[in-house]
Amino acid sequence: MLLQVQERAWNPWHELERMEAEIGRIFGDMGMSGAPAFPALNAWTGEEDVVVTAGMPGMEPKDIEISVVDKTLTIKGERGGASETDGRTYHRRERSLGRFVRKLDLPYRIEASSVSARFANGVLKVTLPRAEDDRPRKIAIEATAN
Amino acid sequence: MTGEKTTVENSATVAPEKVFCPHTDIYEDGENFYIELEMPGVDEQSLYVTIEKNLLAVCGTVKAEEFPGHRQVLGEHEADGYRRTFTLPDETDREHIQATIKNGVLYMLVPKAAPATARRIEVTTG
Repeated sequence: MLLQVQERAWNPWHELERMEAEIGRIFGDMGMSGAPAFPALNAWTGEEDVVVTAGMPGMEPKDIEISVVDKTLTIKGERGGASETDGRTYHRRERSLGRFVRKLDLPYRIEASSVSARFANGVLKVTLPRAEDDRPRKIAIEATAN
Repeated sequence: MTGEKTTVENSATVAPEKVFCPHTDIYEDGENFYIELEMPGVDEQSLYVTIEKNLLAVCGTVKAEEFPGHRQVLGEHEADGYRRTFTLPDETDREHIQATIKNGVLYMLVPKAAPATARRIEVTTG
């Protein structure tokens, strides 16, 4: 008698493979270089505005470019290295340098003209107020007589 | 044994302090050693630099800013402080170490000193 072969055998790795695919999708566009992104960002969202702080030691405000397009905040700039490194012997080199770009998705559209930014002690603080027309609006319900 | 519940009155819960090792560049040229430490959020008021024998210690604290009514969604730089120590070589002039902090970076300059030169000691007859 022929044994009936199961067409769909239970795959013990099915759950794990599914999880791996999910995680791969989420982290797909993150670089796997292992180096932390510069600058390091902290972000707080509120009903009225979003506040973002960035750790950018050794930078001058004139080297930083902040822009808001739709619901994305972009911080970019360049960390210049020392102008003359001739005659120097480095024993330790941990500070990073070069161009950097960081983008952050915002929860709502921003009033671009009221964005304020402050730079103190190497920390940039950007306050992004919510756009007027992106605030939740109460919709009045008309009662009709039946 | 009857279980007795003891409660500690007014116990303050202290969150562990996150102290990080700052990114540092160390280099030298003919005359000096240079040490640059990255400590965003630290200014000269919250900085403590000490030298003892040949151990140079840097300690900086950061005051975290609060945003009531907001929910934190990202926290990539949450240091409460920075700490690092350096052992200086013998041929350094510890009396003339300079330290300046600008935009969250501490720049230190340690001048090199000539090694102690040999000299003759006068002997007196007693």
